Amino acid sequence: MVETMLNYVWLIPLFPLIGVLINASLGRWLGRRLVTIVASLAVGASFAVAAAVLFAMLGLPATSPNGGNGRERILPIFSWIVAGSFRVEARILLDQLSIVMALVVTGVSTLIHIYSAAYMHGEEHYRRYFTWLNLFVFMMLVLVLGDNFVTMYLGWEGVGVCSYLLIGYWFEREPAANAAKKAFIVNRVGDLGLALGILLIFATVGSVAFEDVFPAAQAILPATATAISLLLFLGATGKSAQIPLHIWLPDAMEGPTPVSAMIHAATMVTAGVYMVARCHALFEQSLSALNWVLWIGGITALLAGAVALVQKDLKRILAYSTISQLGFMFLGIGVGAYAAGLFHLVTHAFFKALLFLGAGSVMHALGNELDIFKMGGLRKKMPWTFATFLIGVIAISGVPLFSGSSSKDMILFYALRDGYPWVWVLGLIVDIVTSFYAFRLLIVVFYGKSRLAKRTESHVHESPRVMLTPMVILAVLAAIGGILGLPLFLGLGWGAIEKWLHPLFATGTLIPPTTRDALQEGLTIAMSALATAIGFVPAYWLYVRNWGTAERWTKSNQGLYDLLYNGFHVDRAYTEAVVKPLRILADLLSDAVEVRGIGGAVNGLARLTGLAGEGLRRLQTGLVRHYALAIFFGAVAVLAYFVLRSVL
Amino acid sequence: MEMVVFTVLAVVAVAAGVGVIAQRSAVRSALFLLINLCCLAGLYILLNAQFVALAQVIVYAGAIVVLFLFVVMLLGMERAEETPDPRRTQWIAGMLLGVLFLAGVVWALSSARAAPAVTLSRTDNVRQIGAALLTDFAIPFELVSVVLLVAIVGAVVLAKRKLQG
Amino acid sequence: MVPAVYYLILSAILFTLGAAGVFIRRNALVMFMSVELMLNAVNLTLITYSRTLGDVSGQVFVLLVMAVAAAEVAVGLAIVVAWVRHRDTTDVDEINLLKW
Repeated sequence: MVETMLNYVWLIPLFPLIGVLINASLGRWLGRRLVTIVASLAVGASFAVAAAVLFAMLGLPATSPNGGNGRERILPIFSWIVAGSFRVEARILLDQLSIVMALVVTGVSTLIHIYSAAYMHGEEHYRRYFTWLNLFVFMMLVLVLGDNFVTMYLGWEGVGVCSYLLIGYWFEREPAANAAKKAFIVNRVGDLGLALGILLIFATVGSVAFEDVFPAAQAILPATATAISLLLFLGATGKSAQIPLHIWLPDAMEGPTPVSAMIHAATMVTAGVYMVARCHALFEQSLSALNWVLWIGGITALLAGAVALVQKDLKRILAYSTISQLGFMFLGIGVGAYAAGLFHLVTHAFFKALLFLGAGSVMHALGNELDIFKMGGLRKKMPWTFATFLIGVIAISGVPLFSGSSSKDMILFYALRDGYPWVWVLGLIVDIVTSFYAFRLLIVVFYGKSRLAKRTESHVHESPRVMLTPMVILAVLAAIGGILGLPLFLGLGWGAIEKWLHPLFATGTLIPPTTRDALQEGLTIAMSALATAIGFVPAYWLYVRNWGTAERWTKSNQGLYDLLYNGFHVDRAYTEAVVKPLRILADLLSDAVEVRGIGGAVNGLARLTGLAGEGLRRLQTGLVRHYALAIFFGAVAVLAYFVLRSVL
Repeated sequence: MEMVVFTVLAVVAVAAGVGVIAQRSAVRSALFLLINLCCLAGLYILLNAQFVALAQVIVYAGAIVVLFLFVVMLLGMERAEETPDPRRTQWIAGMLLGVLFLAGVVWALSSARAAPAVTLSRTDNVRQIGAALLTDFAIPFELVSVVLLVAIVGAVVLAKRKLQG
Repeated sequence: MVPAVYYLILSAILFTLGAAGVFIRRNALVMFMSVELMLNAVNLTLITYSRTLGDVSGQVFVLLVMAVAAAEVAVGLAIVVAWVRHRDTTDVDEINLLKW
């Protein structure tokens, strides 16, 4: 019974694909309601199957009879690439990690589909929107369910394309079109690293299937493993918006808010984290790769958090927050706490999606206003939005027992325990900053006196139930999601998610804690709670008590403020160093090479032919005698040839 | 003895050839052509091609040249003379090419294997030709009659005056 | 005993004369006669070789050439007649409607 359920895993990616096909081909005649229903049902069905599969897997023993992972199954779908000795089979790798990812993707997506039904209500191109959304889910599922690097790459590229299409949903607006291009191009740079990494893997190991590569990882030379890992990580920095390829994510906020919630908070950006976790065997084989992951993640977390602190745009704050939290996940992975990093991935999906949906709700009520300093006092007018948003903020800032806190604390615990004290300190500082900007956001938007324009103020209203319901569901998950990773000292054994994922990482450096070091755990949790409180204080002080202080400080430290506000001028650096030279090159090519060179050659050839024709037509004198002479001339020439040939 | 005959005939033939192309009057050219053809007939006899020689006289000299003269008279050209050639280069180029051609051929011939000399002898020329025409060359023989038919029809059609409408 | 080469050289001379006549003269009929001259030169060559090789095919060939030459002259002169009636000149250079 259990095994038969597992055989239906292929339904999980199939449903969204069917949704795409139906909506793309028949959508025009289906009407708004049906298109939405088809898309949402597709993803919902996918989630239902995933949940059923999970239950089936729970019924399996953790260890198989021959000592391997008891919950791992590989299901063949079809033979994809058969080229001589190079074969890529399209197969689904079903194990603890992939089902977790599938559940997060389908679950959050379903909620966002429902939310979109109301949010995108007035939109004309709803069919396009829902088609791309379903396609995205399909591609993401291909990414996480694939059993080899090539299918993963397919999904990787696929989500990149869908991200481009969805960011550029309002492509008639120039900023949106530019943001979409930027996202895709920056991703492409990362993808190059990923592609090279995969090629190197194939060159070294001779296969691209996970089941072949990972057991063989120990035989790879550390230098090669480092190269592979760093290349793969380059891909991850692109997709998961880490330094130096993070610049696309803030601009990606040009897309519709549900898209930001889904793609740029909960799913696509987590693909990098998933990949590094999946390939941990390769990373561990290298001496330094995990350190790179660790420090890039940590530094990104800190710097992005700092930038989020001074932003005024509602969605940009959340965007930088996402970058920062992703950095935190990589930090966890970097110290070897894979399960912890992935746990944070799950909780982040909950509360970040929630925050984005809340932002959407606010924007919807305020006519797409984005400047938080033009908001305020919305607490009373939008109680439900406020309540859910509050829970999201509490989760992200690490109030104990809520989901965000559980996952962050787990990461910090392992950082401290496995000998990375400075990383632990860095994590705490990030926590402080996170708490600060999160509460700042909450207070400025929902508390205080209203700074709304008179016109908007009059029709501020709570969002419809269709939008609120997903938010409430996410709020519940954000609140109680911590159950998955309860701290050890509560005496309940390992955290559930650690236990679940353990068979995958058992060969890694993650040694599941069997000793109950309650003291160390308690210390970690206490310090985290303290960090949260420390972050809350300035937020409260600056924005509740002394309203104008923030502005005065800004003016007196204009240099620092500008640096932070402009994201450390990274965008400007890229423009100067990369974009401008490319433009010059493009202009040069388009003028010198294209117009003059190639155009000149082609036109010149045409002109040459014309001239030749003009010259040659003079041969047609119309006189028979000339023609006769020409014939005779030919005869003499042939004769001369033979004569000369026998002479020479 | 043969050599003498050959030389005489050859010289006269060449002289007549020059006459054909150099004469101003078309009638005189036709007459020189006649002389040339007759010389050639003589040369054919020297070469033991008696039948061909006679055919030459009857067909070429007797029919074709006569046809030429008819047309000349018909068109009233016996008194007409050509104006000098305005295209000088054509003239010069033609001569030059001719000289080159001749030089080339002569050179080629002189370096070829020496062919056996030709002597007079009695042969059964007519019989041989007859036999060949009716066996190996039967088809071309029949086709020639078609060609002649076509020529007749063509000549009539082309030279007809338009019917008064 | 006349070496065959002599005949061949004579033939070449006659051929060249005929060719020169085609280029030089503008009178259509004289051009035609020059063409006949060339044909006869070729005939001479054929007969010569027929004799030296002992094969009668050469002579048969010549007979056929003569037949065809006759046909050609008939048609060609018909054309000349038609055209002179039309244009009232025998100058070949006047027929240049195919000029560019």
